Amino acid sequence: MSRTPRAFRSEARAAVVFLLPALTLIGVFFVLPVIAGLVLSLTDFDIYSLGRTADTRFVGLSNYAGLADNGVFWVAMRNTLYFALVGGPLTIAVALGAALLLNAKAARLKPLFRTIYFAPVVTSIVAVAVVWRFLYHPRVGLLNTLLGYVGISGIDWLGDPRFAMPAIIVLAIWKNFGYSAIIFLAGLQNVPEELFEAAKMDGAGPVRQFLHITLPELAPTFVFVSIITAIGYFQIFAEPYVMTPEGGPLNSTLTIVMLMYREGFRWWNMGFAASIAFVLFAVVFGGSLLSKRIRRRSSR
Amino acid sequence: MTRRLVAASLVSACLAACVGSHGGREVQVVEFWGMGREGEVVAELVPEFERRNPGIHVVVQQIPWTAAHEKLLTAHVGGSLPDIAQMGNTWIPEFQVVRALEDLTPYASRSATVRRGEFFDGIWETSLIDGHLFGVPWYVDTRVLFYRTDLLREAGFANPPRTWSEWVNACRALREKNRNPSFKPILLPTNEWPQPVVLALNSGATFVNDDATARFVDPRFLEGFTFYLDFFSRGDAPVVAGSQIANLYQQFGEGEFAMLITGPWNVGEMRRRLPADKQDEWTTAPIPARDGAPYPGLSIAGGSSLAIFATSPRKDAAWKFVEFLTEPEQQVRFYELSGNLPARRAAWDAPALQKDREMAAFRTQLDHTVALPRIPEWERIATAVFEEGELAARGRFDAAEGARRLDVRVNAMLDKRRWVLSR
Repeated sequence: MSRTPRAFRSEARAAVVFLLPALTLIGVFFVLPVIAGLVLSLTDFDIYSLGRTADTRFVGLSNYAGLADNGVFWVAMRNTLYFALVGGPLTIAVALGAALLLNAKAARLKPLFRTIYFAPVVTSIVAVAVVWRFLYHPRVGLLNTLLGYVGISGIDWLGDPRFAMPAIIVLAIWKNFGYSAIIFLAGLQNVPEELFEAAKMDGAGPVRQFLHITLPELAPTFVFVSIITAIGYFQIFAEPYVMTPEGGPLNSTLTIVMLMYREGFRWWNMGFAASIAFVLFAVVFGGSLLSKRIRRRSSR
Repeated sequence: MTRRLVAASLVSACLAACVGSHGGREVQVVEFWGMGREGEVVAELVPEFERRNPGIHVVVQQIPWTAAHEKLLTAHVGGSLPDIAQMGNTWIPEFQVVRALEDLTPYASRSATVRRGEFFDGIWETSLIDGHLFGVPWYVDTRVLFYRTDLLREAGFANPPRTWSEWVNACRALREKNRNPSFKPILLPTNEWPQPVVLALNSGATFVNDDATARFVDPRFLEGFTFYLDFFSRGDAPVVAGSQIANLYQQFGEGEFAMLITGPWNVGEMRRRLPADKQDEWTTAPIPARDGAPYPGLSIAGGSSLAIFATSPRKDAAWKFVEFLTEPEQQVRFYELSGNLPARRAAWDAPALQKDREMAAFRTQLDHTVALPRIPEWERIATAVFEEGELAARGRFDAAEGARRLDVRVNAMLDKRRWVLSR
């Protein structure tokens, strides 16, 4: 290291100059709003505060304490976990299945199917909701008509608190699996063909090839897909919002972000809504850390 | 405040520059925000106003209803409110709290046309906060009973129910006579607050006390709330939310239910969407009265008022537009264009309204409306009413427990208001 302190200093100065634009943008549009949000979550900022700023109280952690006593918050938390823990793995499984089908040598019309799988991802959720509401209609819906042939009838998909969330999960899987499928497909196309040839020579069947070559080779893709899906699903809003704008029967499809939207933008309880946002952040952050730890342990 | 003024004057300067002046005279540009269909329709009324007032040019900005509330609030925060806007009645207390609205009391006291007695009482009161006027009623929206005349006749009722016990009897008869297995006598969507609120009004509920405390554990609320819930427990009403009803009009036309409580916009919708052979088989009636109370019963007074914003530098010109829009002739034109009911009594003498079969019930009902609590929290409180109502309708608890839960929830919502009032 022949660098003189002076040269180092000028290099550091150059680095600062290069970083400054990006850091400024991040500071102004990310760090500051986050700090402002955190401060907001410690106040009772609401419609009265908007009228007169002096009508704002610093309430410490009582918004957070209020969340703990708030029955609706726990309902929303439970619904969100239900959605993420059931819907997430199912979405990934369907996406992987679709990617394997698309990657199969015997598959025909691949571009067509790729488009079909991806179409829901880029379709407007509002248009999707109109169609799916008809599919789920208890009397004239396609789903119940089909179920009628096998002797099941009268399920009120969006109206029964037991079925509303599963119905939303099915819609979300259909809407979102295409994105992960395309990423899995890219991952699959990167698996070296030689590995399969070698395995075949060693006498491995398709199942063993899948378990011992495809899955391990896809591990990095899995990590990416599962984190992106988990983050997206914890913040689920659009699907339940368009299907059941009020949060469904008995709030059975009310998610954390829907509750935050309702409190913040409908009732203007900004302080309380900000505290919900930070709790959600903590949950997603904790979840990501946990999954990282689990992966590290399993790869050891 | 000054920043807001600067922004407002910049906007107006730009508008004035863009529009220029008519015939070399100074022209004031008044910006009006209208919501949804009303925003479209009001543009058709503007030419007549500008003909009469050559010095004023009205620019109409149309805003979708779903975004209107958020847009008005953010415009207030950002200092970009227009001069005048159409405001949903329940928003007036909220915008008054944030000090966005001009007190119109002095304007009204000077006015030759905008006077209290000219308007329906219940609707005038919705814009009145602590004796000050913050909006002039433009159109009203109240709830009445829509019913299938043929189905009621088959069940032995030639006339719509006039009292609560007649109502219950009619439901029972309908249930017994109707062969359709999915038939229910009445539709009361569990995600709508007007139905339980209207019924509670009829037993005298006031929901909130003057000192911002809740008033649900009160026989006057409980009686109406119990009456509402009994429709579900007797099987007279299905426990469904509005979002579960794929096509209300189709189901009403097919006779899946015989009655519903809804507003004037559905008169036009029913006429458009029900099949031709069913058009003479439905009509409207005022809300049935609680047993022992005079007929008709009470209903809510909704609709929109015209409000002038405190930041507007052209309040006199804006007020002229308010006077114009609320004069009887324009109210009738507005009704013909949009189907919205005039807030002014005199407008109801017009043949278009007099001859309309379905409008008679609305005319009667408008003399029997009650203003709801004028506090910013009201919409939240109303939401809580239907939420607890839904839980009770699904059998989680009884009406008394629902009222107790409402007291707890609403008192928590009003905590801030009590603190502000105490200051």
